[in-house]
Amino acid sequence: MNVTRRQALGLGAGAAAVLVAGTAVVPAFAKEKQTADDAIKAFTGGAEAKSGKVSLTTPEIAENGNTVPVTFDVESPMTSDDHVAEVLVLADGNPRPGVATFHFSELSGEASASTRIRLAKTQNVIAVAKMSNGDFYMDKKLVKVTIGGCGG
Amino acid sequence: MAKAKPRVKVPSKAKAGEIITIKTLINHKMESGFRKDKKSGELIPQQIINKFTAEFNGKPVFSADVRPAVSANPYFQFKVKVSESGTFKFTWVDDDGSTYSTEKKIKVEG
Repeated sequence: MNVTRRQALGLGAGAAAVLVAGTAVVPAFAKEKQTADDAIKAFTGGAEAKSGKVSLTTPEIAENGNTVPVTFDVESPMTSDDHVAEVLVLADGNPRPGVATFHFSELSGEASASTRIRLAKTQNVIAVAKMSNGDFYMDKKLVKVTIGGCGG
Repeated sequence: MAKAKPRVKVPSKAKAGEIITIKTLINHKMESGFRKDKKSGELIPQQIINKFTAEFNGKPVFSADVRPAVSANPYFQFKVKVSESGTFKFTWVDDDGSTYSTEKKIKVEG
């Protein structure tokens, strides 16, 4: 391929622009750069999250990743000595996997909540529940996303 | 930005021991910090609601630590078991330090 001087300069400028954009983006991501697995470990303190008790409801296919309805429900009597303390919701394919942490009390009656979240691409949504006795339970659902919801 | 207006739905009456559903919504753009300005190409700084709390008669009932992956105009629905009449207080905390709050009364019978 014959590359003229003009083309060579253009290529160089393009590459430089990519480099600048790249470095500008990195610090924003580095603030909370952890995978979903890291986030679960940090939440459980290394304890294993068993499956069961938590049921997560998500759409199978989300046409718009900007607002995906998510509901979870944790089986528990919700009394003062046996209740769900916290539920962590994660999206493992987002630039930052953490979505939200919900805190419950014995006044909650039922450990269930709904919200709407952003999903950048097709990925798993994970809910991890922390029980008052220190046990952890989780559920995971794959959501197919047609249009991502993180802008950019 | 226009002032955030919280909207909350709490049943006005309930029976003692009943589990009620509360729905809350606040208008907020929830700027994720990942979007770029289309003209300058620079990242728009993050500005989100980072915390939501619900109290009943001064006692914490439900709260959420919120990160940028929650959609614009954050919506939360949750349950509360009521045993006495009283007032719910809902508070949202913005990244810029401002807080928005609203109160709702419920009458519990029996």
